[in-house]
Amino acid sequence: MESSTKIPTLAEMTAAGQEPEILFWVGCAGSFDDRAKKITKAFVKLLQKAGVNFAVLGTEESCTGDPAKRAGNEFLFQMQAAMNIQVMNGYGVKRIVTTCPHCFNTLKNEYPELGGDYQVLHHTQLLTDLVKSGKLTIEGGTFRGKRVTYHDPCYLGRANGVYEAPREVIRKLDAELVEMKRCKQRGLCCGAGGAQMFKEPEPGNKDVNIERTEQALETQPEVVAAACPFCNTMLTDGIKNKEKEASIKVMDLAELLADAADL
Amino acid sequence: MMTYLPNLLFLVALVLGIGYFTRNIRKLIRNIKLGRPTEPGGSRAARWGQMARIALGQQKMVVRPIAGILHVIVYVGFVIINIEVLEIIIDGLFGTHRVFAFLGPVYDVLIGSFEILALLVIVAVVLFWLRRNALKLARFWKPEMKGWPKKDADWILYIELVLMCLFLTMNAADYSLQEMGAAHYTQAGAFPVSGWIAQFMSGMSESTLILVERGAWWLHILGILFFLNYLYYSKHLHILLAFPNTYWGKLQPKGEMTNLESVKREVALMMDPSADPFAAPAADAPPPETFGARDVEDLSRIQLLNAYTCTECGRCTSECPANQTGKKLSPRKIMMDVRDRLEAKGRELDGKPAQGEEKVLLDGYISREELWACTTCNACTEACPVSIDPMSIILEMRRYLVMEQSAASQELNVMMGNIENNGAPWPFNQMDRLNWQNEM
Repeated sequence: MESSTKIPTLAEMTAAGQEPEILFWVGCAGSFDDRAKKITKAFVKLLQKAGVNFAVLGTEESCTGDPAKRAGNEFLFQMQAAMNIQVMNGYGVKRIVTTCPHCFNTLKNEYPELGGDYQVLHHTQLLTDLVKSGKLTIEGGTFRGKRVTYHDPCYLGRANGVYEAPREVIRKLDAELVEMKRCKQRGLCCGAGGAQMFKEPEPGNKDVNIERTEQALETQPEVVAAACPFCNTMLTDGIKNKEKEASIKVMDLAELLADAADL
Repeated sequence: MMTYLPNLLFLVALVLGIGYFTRNIRKLIRNIKLGRPTEPGGSRAARWGQMARIALGQQKMVVRPIAGILHVIVYVGFVIINIEVLEIIIDGLFGTHRVFAFLGPVYDVLIGSFEILALLVIVAVVLFWLRRNALKLARFWKPEMKGWPKKDADWILYIELVLMCLFLTMNAADYSLQEMGAAHYTQAGAFPVSGWIAQFMSGMSESTLILVERGAWWLHILGILFFLNYLYYSKHLHILLAFPNTYWGKLQPKGEMTNLESVKREVALMMDPSADPFAAPAADAPPPETFGARDVEDLSRIQLLNAYTCTECGRCTSECPANQTGKKLSPRKIMMDVRDRLEAKGRELDGKPAQGEEKVLLDGYISREELWACTTCNACTEACPVSIDPMSIILEMRRYLVMEQSAASQELNVMMGNIENNGAPWPFNQMDRLNWQNEM
């Protein structure tokens, strides 16, 4: 049991003269947040099932600097970027996959100019590819016919135009995808972006995540699907606030797939 | 000599109208140049493409179909009817009448389509007015729309309405005169709309009709010259600036934020083991740039162009999650504030400094509460029909607050301290990053 769950690190693989096909960038939420760790584990199980040769940075990974940059601390962001790029370039990293749209955006769009040029994928993109190419087969019908609504994370959708890959995953589950009134380009934020996750909101008459949860509830879903650990937290809080946690689950797309595959 | 008096008057009006407009445009360019020069990303071809799609093709306008279609009507009407203005200018300068009449059937089609468009513009303008003033759509009644912005919006609609009515009256009188066989009024053009209006002029004498025709003709062209000069003082500048603004609009993915050059130099210096931290800057080195923006001159020229381009439609604000949940932030207000402050700067340059204490953009116009409410979700930049980027200004001002003033909130300082010390926004040890594997 123990040996089978050991996650290979880039350091170990490099020492053994091996090279993974892709680096899994776990991210801070995925490493430390109890809810987000479940997403990490689900995604790793899927990678293992699909036989993907991957590695993580482990203790050599550090925050991409995204929340610092969005809060205005460009200096801290660039220091983080410089360190991460040094580590990754040292290992000759070429492809990265991450479960966090904020890491995804930063690594893909803001690192190249600072010397870190990689092919960066969001996990929903990789999972769609794996399913399409037959490497990952989903037989389980746990979600067949269930009403699933999908919340577009800003940093995946508007910020990077990834709207279809996550929806593709839901369709593969034979679930009934019900769109919220505000989706895709016009999807409403969960309220966590731009470093809001780490502070109290400014005075107003409502919290953004409550507004978004209400929009999700309008679709009468059984599952609210998310593709970002921060959106996941915000929406989970929203559902709890509405006292619906017994009937409605907030799940990451990796968790949906892993669940359907009985992993 | 007297026979040339109208031509002379026309020439004077034209020169004054265009001259004053040119003067204001030069002022506008001077003000924009107060900003920092920036290198826009993307190829020229991509920029022209973006302009063609978004400004010329109105791609973003029709995301909201009702306002979008009404706007396309007014826009097409404006562009097409300008061909008529060319004829009016030639006629005015040389004393000709309907100089393009020699085009025959083509001319009939032109005038006929101008008339139909003019009628559609009148309908659209009335509907626009009703949306603002009877339906009272929320985005037109936000706090920043009090006073001049509200009046400005209504004035534009009134001016457009009057101009279109004058155009049709002029044609109706002309048509009546043509039917009468009046000298100088050659048979030309098709008048699907004014031909109908002409029935109300049936009792008028030839001289009255000439008076109506000439009166409407003169008021129409003088009205256009007035409107041209009204632009600089109005949100209506977008009819010109939407084109350069979409040309210089962001082409990179929306999530990509600029990496500050000045910080890049600092970080490179820190990473360079042979750098001398006590080295004096070169004698000819420029003074160090401020990190981020405190006032308009710290913003980029593209951001300042954005501010002049904004037509205060409020689509950004109506999509903004912070604004929707009652926070003070309104992306439209950010753009209006930048323009107001830039105009105040401009007046200073003209030797007309403001009374009382000078207010700068940060705190004087835009409060910290507004800046910190942004979730950087890009709803505003997605909603903008002319590629304005209010979010980049918010970020630039946060940079000033954090890097020049160390004025982040305690919570954000804790988050940043964590990243600095242990590589995560929470107080977890970097050495524990892989502990989740033990829970599998």
